[in-house]
Parts: sequence; structure tokens; C-alpha cells
Amino acid sequence: MTDATHSGAAAPATGLLATDARTRRRNAAEKRFRAYGLAAIGTGLFFLVVLLGSILYNGVGAFQQTFINVPVYLDPERLDKTGTGDIAEIQKVSTFGYTPLVQEGLWAVVQEQGITTELADANDMKALLSPAGPAEIRDFVLANPDRIGETVEFRLLASSRVDGYLKGRVSREGIADDRNIAVEHLDLTDALRDAGVVHKGFNSAFIFGADASESRAEQAGLGVSMIGSFFMMLTVLLLALPIGVAASIYLEEFAPQNRITDIIEVNISNLAAVPSIVFGILGLAAFIQFAHLPQSAPLVGGLVLTLMTLPTIIISTRASLKAVPPSIRDAALGVGASKMQSVFHHVLPLAMPGILTGTIIGLAQALGETAPLLLIGMVGYIATNYPEGIAAGFMSPNSAMPAQIYEWAKRADPAYYERAWGGIIILLVFLLAMNVIAIVLRRKFERRW
Amino acid sequence: MQSVKLAVSALALAAASATAAAARDNVQVAGSSTVLPYASIVAEAFGENFDFPTPVIESGGSSSGLKRFCEGVGENTIDIANASRAIRDSEVEACAANGVTDIMEVRIGYDGIVFASQKTGPDFTAFEPADWFNALAPKVMVDGELVDNPHTMWSDFNADLPEVEIAAFIPGTKHGTREVFEEKVLAAGCEETGAMEAMIAGGMSEDDAEGACLQVRTDGRSVDIDGDYTETLARIDSNTNGVGVFGLAFYENNTDKLKVATMSGVAPSTDTISTGEYPVSRPLFFYVKKAHIGVIPGLKEYAEFFVSDEIAGPSGPLSNYGLVADPELGDTQQKVADEVTMGESM
Repeated sequence: MTDATHSGAAAPATGLLATDARTRRRNAAEKRFRAYGLAAIGTGLFFLVVLLGSILYNGVGAFQQTFINVPVYLDPERLDKTGTGDIAEIQKVSTFGYTPLVQEGLWAVVQEQGITTELADANDMKALLSPAGPAEIRDFVLANPDRIGETVEFRLLASSRVDGYLKGRVSREGIADDRNIAVEHLDLTDALRDAGVVHKGFNSAFIFGADASESRAEQAGLGVSMIGSFFMMLTVLLLALPIGVAASIYLEEFAPQNRITDIIEVNISNLAAVPSIVFGILGLAAFIQFAHLPQSAPLVGGLVLTLMTLPTIIISTRASLKAVPPSIRDAALGVGASKMQSVFHHVLPLAMPGILTGTIIGLAQALGETAPLLLIGMVGYIATNYPEGIAAGFMSPNSAMPAQIYEWAKRADPAYYERAWGGIIILLVFLLAMNVIAIVLRRKFERRW
Repeated sequence: MQSVKLAVSALALAAASATAAAARDNVQVAGSSTVLPYASIVAEAFGENFDFPTPVIESGGSSSGLKRFCEGVGENTIDIANASRAIRDSEVEACAANGVTDIMEVRIGYDGIVFASQKTGPDFTAFEPADWFNALAPKVMVDGELVDNPHTMWSDFNADLPEVEIAAFIPGTKHGTREVFEEKVLAAGCEETGAMEAMIAGGMSEDDAEGACLQVRTDGRSVDIDGDYTETLARIDSNTNGVGVFGLAFYENNTDKLKVATMSGVAPSTDTISTGEYPVSRPLFFYVKKAHIGVIPGLKEYAEFFVSDEIAGPSGPLSNYGLVADPELGDTQQKVADEVTMGESM
């Protein structure tokens, strides 16, 4: 016996404090492991910083916009040809009729300021001004027909090229082959900026505005698609939360443990792993082609995302129901509560923080989802009208934030690329806010047993 | 209990709103991503100048747009399909099978297809259709014989081209642009180099030879881009030797990154395309479901507005954006005004 223990322990030749080779190896292994861990976290952080950095770097420009102050003479000869002030007559003048007024207005400013330029006439001002201007002035005139004949100062959008120039995106060398703008225009822009006519400002229209066409990147905003996303999330919340909670309560509290419930459980877990595009195809077939719901409607988007979010909500709800100790149920049942009373009076309230957290995380996931929306017609030039009322919010065509960002990233004008990055910033703010709410809820209401 | 009530009321709400879906008041358009920019410009101006809501324009490609167009008549089908190619007979038949019989074809103008490479990359400044055939075909003519494509460098077959690896990014088969590329470049090059003759001499029927002319090599030197031009641009950006196929309007928005090549000695521009000097161009169309006119408010007005002089004319916003105005626009306007459908003569 003693011999065996002796030979097995191989008595250390040195004292307790000096390490032997094996201990050193173990210590080294531990150090290495810590280093690996640190390296992994470092890599993660590095990529996070690079990602956030590049998003901010590329997208911050979208929150700034170049404006030009143009006094426009609302020429009665051209806007109210009959001179009667009849709104129907004024309406006949299309935005194309307003374009020369804006260009002449800016040309007058150039001459007033005494800026020397090689540009010949008012027509050359086109490259500086966004085609959005005439529409803005037409709306103003239609709202205030009595101001025809006055000179009104408007704060109009600059064209995307001029905007890009002031933001450093468009360079003088870069436009050498550009048909839409020339170096003279950039010189004039510099002079007008020094004169205070051209200036940069906060671009609130980017956050609240509607989508714009390909030729007006400077006008595009995320507002309408934000509303689309909101109605989709509302649909998801109204459908997925009750259905998900009801399913989980039944499965967790009432259902017998047998083969069928096992199969259902496995399938719910499987469903959570199904790629989201599959739900898009399902949505197209079931909701649009079979149920004849309209294309591009946030309701359909919401229904598709509901299918996608349900498994997430069911799984998290069941986990939080499971976390409620059985003693609570037993106590309730013990004082004579029915099964349903024990669930709705005791278990569910205690599980609520977990359920809400799961729901918010599921919603955040759905908010960032693009793939299924591609198939139900929510990508394109869609988010143009603010919905009129709640029903229209669900039914009238709209896009969603991630779909809008995807659409912008596809467009030709590089100014749209900047907007896409800017849109990502807004989307991230929303996701971050939702996650923070989820964390706060969990912190505030979570109980440990 | 509360949640059960909620679920029931939510379902009822969904059902109620589904029945309310019956009335649609905006024009719905889908189809070619080449036409999308133009359509969006028109839709925006339409929404500003008329009391109708702004039409909804989806993209997805000419084929998928026409497929959806042909799904039937009714408010949950689209009213207009944009296409960067003419509708095919098979599609007209598919339409007819689903009850879509009266189709108006509207030509809005012409679009140029340009070949461009990185601004700072090697000089691809002069192409002939034959060069593209030699670069991309699986079988080409070398010394009078039809052999498996041995070319790896552009300079292998045209000493004027730079000595760099062939890396071509061409539109995928779902794009209407691909068809024009095949027809105007590959088929032309096939005939020019004599490959087509050699194929027929080798025992192929004329139809088979025509089909074989449009094949591209599959060894990775030619890459199909199924996404949009932005994807092609990204590929070119990261590949100094890459050459890509773009629409004229896209190139004009990205002249700071792209260098355009001439084709058969002609540089692409709206002028050279409208005169027909620049060979690679194609007409753009949209197709209107006549059965929807009068049902969907604003549909006919939108179609008329689209082809009006102030929009699609030579100095209109579409032309500014890169569309080559149609010299026969007047006829088109008349056709739209009279609601002339395909097959009907004026």
C-alpha cells in the first residue's frame, strides 16, 4: 500500500512554493486560454467598432442637407393666365411651369450678389437646384393663391451633386465626365456659399419625409416607411403575442405529455430556425394569391412577420413559464384555485417580464427583416404617401425601413448610398431602443427564486 | 382570458380589413429594374401634379413583372408591367389563359447599354462585338477552326486591348438587359468572327447555332450578375481588371468611378443612341391592362402622362436622367389616348 502511493505520487523534489513542470504547464495552458478569450473578445470588439465606425462615417452625411435660399417671383402671367385667381386655372400649371421661375429666381440672386460666373443664363441654374423645388412652390401657391404676384423667399433643396460637393462626396476631378454638372457650377456653389445663399442644415426631411424618385436623392426620407414598419410591428404584436402566449400556456400548463405534444414542441423549435425568406414565399402564396389580400400592404408584411416571430415568442414564453417555481402553482391549487386561476392569477403575472422581453426581442428581429418583404412587393418606389388613417395604414401600399434601405442601396445616384447608410443609423437606433426597453423591463421586474 | 380576447379581436380586425381591401385607388406597377428609375420619376411628378395618389412601382425584373401582370384581371393584380424588352408570344398566351386579353403596349424610349471598367484601371476604351464573343463564348474561332475558348487575356485576340485577365460581369438571365447583350453583342460577334458559319458547317442546324452563339463560358471568367447595377459596380470596384455591363443612366450617375468604352468606335450618349450609331441599345416598354382602365383611378392618366412631351420628350426629366427619347413619341401618345391594344392596328 505505502509503496504504491509513493510511486504514484512521485514525491516532489522541490518545496511547496516552487512549481514543478506539470503545474507550470497547467498554468501556461490557463494563461493561453485566457489570452484566447481576450483575443476573441478583442476581435469581436474590433469588428463592432469598425462596423459602427463605418456606418457612422458613411451615414452621418444623410442627416445634413444643403439648402439654397431663393426668392421666387410668383409671376401672375405664368401662374394665373386668366388673371381670375380661379384655383382650378392655377392648378392647370404643372410643376414644369414652375421650374423656370425657380431658375430665374436663383439667377437673379447670382447677379444681385455680383458673382462673376461663366454660366450664361438662368437655364444653367438647373444643375444647382433640386427638381423638388417647383413642386414645393406649386403646393405653396395652391395653398396661398392670393400671394401670386409677390416675391416669396423659399428654402429649396440643392441638387444631389451640389449637396455631395459640400459634403466632400463629389470632387472636381470626379465630375469631369458628368453630364449633369460642370466645374463652373461648383465654382458658383462656392461663391454662393460664401454669400450665405447656399448653406447646410439639419435634414429633418430625411427622418420624416417620403421616398423620392431616382432623380431626387436629396428629397428622399425614411418617414413613410417608418410608418409602414410601425403598422407591421403593430400587426405582429397584436397577433403574435396573444397567439404565442396562448400556445405556450397550453403547452406548458395544460397539455398532456405525449407523442403529439412532443412533435409539436420539436416543430416549434424547428420553425424558429427556418430562413425568413421561406415565410415570404408562404406569405405570397397564402395571403396574396389565396386570400387575395393586397400587394405591398403592411398588413400582409405583418402577417408574414408574425409567422416568423411566433416561434421566438413561444420559446421565450415557455422558458419564462418554466422558470416560475412549481410551489407557486401548488400553493394556488392548495388553497382551492382552479388550474386556470392558478395560471392567470399567479404564474402568468410572474412570467410576464420574461414574456415581454422575449416579445420585444422578437419584434426587434422582425423590424430588421427584409427578405420576406421582397416577395410580397414591399421593395421599390412605394413609400410615397403618408397613409390616411389607421385602416389605410394597414392596407395602403407601403414599405418598411429595412426594405427602404435595401432599395436605396440599389439606386444609381451615389447620394442614395449615403441615405442607405443614414437609414441604417435610424434603424439601429430603433433596435437599440427596443433592446434597452427589454433589458430595463427584465431588470425591473425579474424575480429570482 | 385577456389574451384570448385580444387574439380573437385581432383576428376579427384582420378579417374585417381584408374585406375592406376591395377598393384600390392607386396604380400598381411592377417589372424591369431598368425602367424603375424612369417610372419612379414619372410617378413622383404624377403624384405632384394630379389629385391621384402616387403610383406604386415595384422592381424585380421584366420577366417577373410580366408574369405577375399575366396572373389575371382584378384589383389584387398589377395594372402595369414595366419591361426592358418586348413581351414574348409565350407571355401573351399565358396572359390570355388567365383572362388578360387586351394589353396596351407603350414604348417609352430607348436605353443604351454601356461597357465600363474601373476609372483608374487598364484602358478598355474600344470594343467590337467580336471581342466580347471571343472573350465570353465557350467555343471560338482560332486560326479558322472552332475550338474550346483558349483566351485568358483580352490581348489574346485584340492587340488594342490591354493585356489583363478576362473578368467580365454581365447581367444575369432574369434581366431584360441580358437579351439585348446576347442579341446585339454576342450574336453579332458570333457572326463577325465566322463562328456561326463554322457551327453550321459542323452539322448544326441554324437555330441550334444561333442558340450556341449566345452561350457564355462557365469557367468563371464571365460572371452573371443577378442583382442590380450597384452589384456590378461593387464587383468592378474591387477588381481592377473587371469590365461590366451597365445602363447608360447608371453610368452617367457614376462617372467618377467608371470609365466607359466605345463599341464599334462610337461612344455611348443619348445622341449617338438616338441616331442609332451606337449599336447596343433597346427600346423600353410598359404594358397596360386595358380591363383596368376606368376601374383603377388614374391609370390612363398615368399612361398618358408618362408619354407626354414634357416627361418623355427630348428635354424632359426622363431624357435628363438618361433615357433616349423616342422619335415616334407622337404616335405613342395617340395610341395611348385611343387605348389601342396589341394586335389592333391604329
